[in-house]
Amino acid sequence: MSTKLNVLSHVMVPDHQLMSEEEVSALLSRYHITTEQLPKIYHDDPAVKVIDAKVDDVIRIIRKSHTAGRAEAYRLVIRRPKK
Amino acid sequence: MISDKYEKKIEAADLLPKTKDQLRTFLDGKDITDAQFKEILDRVIKEYLSTRIEACEAVGVIAAQSIGEPGTQMTMRTFHYAGVAEINVTLGLPRLIEIMDARKEPSTPTMTVYLEPEYGVDRDRAREVSWQIEAAPLHEFGDITTDMENMQVVVHLNSKVCEKRKISPAEIMDVAPKKIRDRRHYRDFEHDIDEAKATLIFTPKDRESYQNLFQLAEHVRNVIVQGIDDILRVVVRKETGEYILYTEGSNLKDVFDVAGVDVTRTRTNNISEIAQVLGIEAARNAIIHEAQSTLNEQGILVDVRHIMLVADMMCMEGEVKQIGRHGIAGEKESVLSRAAFEVTVNHLLDAAVANETDELSGVTENVIVGQPIQLGTGDVKLVAVKQLDN
Repeated sequence: MSTKLNVLSHVMVPDHQLMSEEEVSALLSRYHITTEQLPKIYHDDPAVKVIDAKVDDVIRIIRKSHTAGRAEAYRLVIRRPKK
Repeated sequence: MISDKYEKKIEAADLLPKTKDQLRTFLDGKDITDAQFKEILDRVIKEYLSTRIEACEAVGVIAAQSIGEPGTQMTMRTFHYAGVAEINVTLGLPRLIEIMDARKEPSTPTMTVYLEPEYGVDRDRAREVSWQIEAAPLHEFGDITTDMENMQVVVHLNSKVCEKRKISPAEIMDVAPKKIRDRRHYRDFEHDIDEAKATLIFTPKDRESYQNLFQLAEHVRNVIVQGIDDILRVVVRKETGEYILYTEGSNLKDVFDVAGVDVTRTRTNNISEIAQVLGIEAARNAIIHEAQSTLNEQGILVDVRHIMLVADMMCMEGEVKQIGRHGIAGEKESVLSRAAFEVTVNHLLDAAVANETDELSGVTENVIVGQPIQLGTGDVKLVAVKQLDN
């Protein structure tokens, strides 16, 4: 892939941030969930590679929402299943 | 400016960022008392809470209805031409089905290529970029003659065309034979390069039959020597003060590598390609954008929240899944729910073989067995605390 392309700078890609362990546990206790219940993202996703997240990390995604203006979403990094 | 004490209260309120901004713009420059401000803020919060979806509401069914009903009003088959340039794009119902089915390749892939500022303002420079993108076969760069007497195909490059297209004859002569071998998978030939005359001579390995010669001539004529193979046509148009390229065919990854292309705005209508190159979150945005613009183009206004829900469901698992039995509906936990959707017998048989159990936690299963469903008031459990009388 070209050197000038940073996927996070593309208008269609929202900001991805790696969450610390404290942030993750705060998130989980706030919604009373386990990490397994979060939406997933594959470990070889271009945006995951840019922020250098590993499997089992949780990523905070800050979307420009059509309704709310700004919305946070969370995804758990998982390994892409082999076909 | 709004005074600090109001600003703090707005910031602390349980409202959406967008609503807060709207409130700030509304209050800006207005002279209000504390009591008035409190009244305004309370009413805004009340109004916001009344627009929120209630817990246990069946949002999926509402989304399905909200997209499905206007869908019946859409034209079955429409073709749209992007301006005078006649780029054909599938729209209407077929396009909407294509998006929901998460096809690997749309029936009419197209890209909108934005250019970097220095290229975007000048028509000639925009044209230069378009030549780097548009697939150009060899016969556009010179004369190709089939010499039947000597059993060879002679390509005489036209230096004027090469200069105009910003490619050197040497480069073409280097690329053409390679591309015929690698891209077109035709290897039964030899080639000679004459740099001085800008001539390229191809001879088939088997000189016994004329068929080979004509086959070779066909490959030589049509081999792509400049541009990106998947992009059949490029149209330059001026929109909102800058030149934009519209393409027929799509290859996001290779277009990003072309000099002069704005890599932050260039987009394609091929959603699976976006998921591959830009990631799942970009694919989610693309689904929302494509579905909404398809509906709006037909004059149908569907609330974004329904489309957002569909896009969220499609992108939940880290890759784009279709809505249907090979995607979301086919991966439900419950056997009865899957059987109720499509191919009933297969699902029941497979479930029996695999000794599956049904937890009866969803809606469809409970309707089938005749129990209260877990939606709305049915989802609320009442817990009584026993009073100890001593």
